[in-house]
Amino acid sequence: MSESGSKGRYEAGFGSDALKSPQRIVFITKKTSAKVKGDVGRQLMTYPHLILRETIVFQILTVALVVVGLFWDAPLEQLANPLVTPNPAKAPWYFLGLQELLHYFPPLVAGIIIPTLVVVGLIVIPYFHVNVRGEPLWSGRRAQRLLLFLVVLGVLVVVLAIFEAWTVLTPTIVIAILMFLSYFAKSGRGAEVRPGPRPTSPQRGSGFWRSRPISWWVMTWFISVALILTVVGTFFRGPGWSWVWPWRNG
Amino acid sequence: MAANTLDALNRIRATRVWQSIFRRGPARTNRARSLAVFGNIFFHLLPVKVREKSLRVRATYYLGSISFLLFVVLTITGILLMLYYHPAVPQAYRDMKDLRFVVSNGVFLRNLHRLAAQVMVLAVFWHMFHVFYRGGYRPPHEFNWVIGVVLLLITLFLSYTGYLLPWDQLAFWAITVGTNILAAMPFLGGKLRYLLLGGNLVGENALLRFYVLHCVILPLLAALFIAVHFWRVQKDGGLTVEEAEEKTGEE
Repeated sequence: MSESGSKGRYEAGFGSDALKSPQRIVFITKKTSAKVKGDVGRQLMTYPHLILRETIVFQILTVALVVVGLFWDAPLEQLANPLVTPNPAKAPWYFLGLQELLHYFPPLVAGIIIPTLVVVGLIVIPYFHVNVRGEPLWSGRRAQRLLLFLVVLGVLVVVLAIFEAWTVLTPTIVIAILMFLSYFAKSGRGAEVRPGPRPTSPQRGSGFWRSRPISWWVMTWFISVALILTVVGTFFRGPGWSWVWPWRNG
Repeated sequence: MAANTLDALNRIRATRVWQSIFRRGPARTNRARSLAVFGNIFFHLLPVKVREKSLRVRATYYLGSISFLLFVVLTITGILLMLYYHPAVPQAYRDMKDLRFVVSNGVFLRNLHRLAAQVMVLAVFWHMFHVFYRGGYRPPHEFNWVIGVVLLLITLFLSYTGYLLPWDQLAFWAITVGTNILAAMPFLGGKLRYLLLGGNLVGENALLRFYVLHCVILPLLAALFIAVHFWRVQKDGGLTVEEAEEKTGEE
C-alpha cells in the first residue's frame, strides 16, 4: 500500500489479520484521501477498547463532580434589584478578560472588534498554509523575519502603552522576550528544517524553543494574555474597576 | 463467582430478547465488535477502529470525552432543575430559595449543575488549545476544527444564558454588563440587544428568552453540532496523534 502512486492508478491489498477479521480489498486511486494513504499505525477495535476507557473516564469524572458538588455551594445573592448596582458589577468569569479590555479600550474595540477578530482568527487557523506546515519561526530568511518581528512588536507596544493597557502589555513583553531569545537558541543556523528522520520524542531545551513555529508563538501569546486578563479581572479588580489585592481584606 | 457471573451474562446474551435488541452475539470476533459499533445508533458516530496511539491518555487527556460527559450531566441535572423552576419575576428567585430550603437534595442538584457548567467551559477551552498544540486542526481535520469553534461559542452562550436564570443580583448585573457590551456594536448593536432581551432592560422578557435559549434552542444546537463533530472525527480518518514537531520535517 505504501508504494501506491508509483505503480498504476489502482492498487489492491489484503488485510494482514485476515484470519481474525473479514478480508478487505482496498483500491487506492490518485484521489484517495489522506486518511487512507497515511500511516495508520496499530489499530484497536473501538468496542471494547475505546468504549471501556471512556466509561472509566466518565465514572471518575462523575465521582469527582459529586464529591465537589457536595461541599462547594453555588452562590445565591439577594433578589435582583435594578436600582442597586453592585460595585463592581462583574460579568461571568470567562468574560472578565473582555471586561478588563473594556477598561482600557473603547467599547467598540474591546467589546466588538477584538472578540470578532479572535473568533475569525480561530476559525481560519487550519486554512493557513503556514500553520499547517509548522515551519520554525527562525528559519529561512531569519534577518528579515527578525526585523518584521521587531516592527510588529514596536507598534503593538506603543499602542498598548498609549492606552495604558498594562495587563496586556506585560504578558506581551514576556512572550516577546522569549521569542527574541529563541532567535539565538543554540547551534546558530540550526533553525533550518533538518532533512532526514526527526527524533520521535518531543524536543526539550533550546531545541524546543528553536523549533517553535509562528502559529505556536501567536497562540501562546494569546493564551497568556487571555489568562492574565481573566485572572486580573476575577481577583484583582474592585470598586470602580480599581486594582485591589485579593489577600487584603476588601 | 466471577465465572458464574460471566456465564450468566453470556446466557442472557444468547437469549432471543437480547439478540432482538442488539442484533448480535457476544463480541468474540472482530466482526461482532464492528457490528457493536456501527449497529448501534449512538456508537455509530464513532469509528470502528481507533489508533492505539490515540488511546493514550497523553494524546488527548480525554478532554473531548470529558466535555461531552459534562454536557450529558448538565442535560440530566438541567432537566431535573426545570421541574422546580418558573421563568418568571420574582418566582424564579423564590424557586432558588426553595431549592435550597425545601427540595430534597436541591442544593446538591444546583451545585452539580453549576459545577459541571464551569468545568465544561474550562474543558472545552482546554480541549481546543490541546488540539491546537497537537496540530489536530491539520488537513483533513480543518472543518472539524471550525465545528469545534462553533461548539465553543455555543458552550459559552449556554453558560451565559444560564447565568441569568437564578434572578439574583449576581445574575442580573452580569447580564446587564454583558448585553451592554453588545450595544457597542455599530448599527446592529442596539437592535441585537433588544432582540436578545425582549426590551431595552434586563427584565421579565429577558428572563423568558434566556430560559428558552438555555433550555431548548442552545442544547438542541449543541447536540446537533456535537453529533457532527464526532461523526467528522470518524469521516476524517480518526484522531491525529502526531506531535506537531514530528510533522514538520516530513514534507
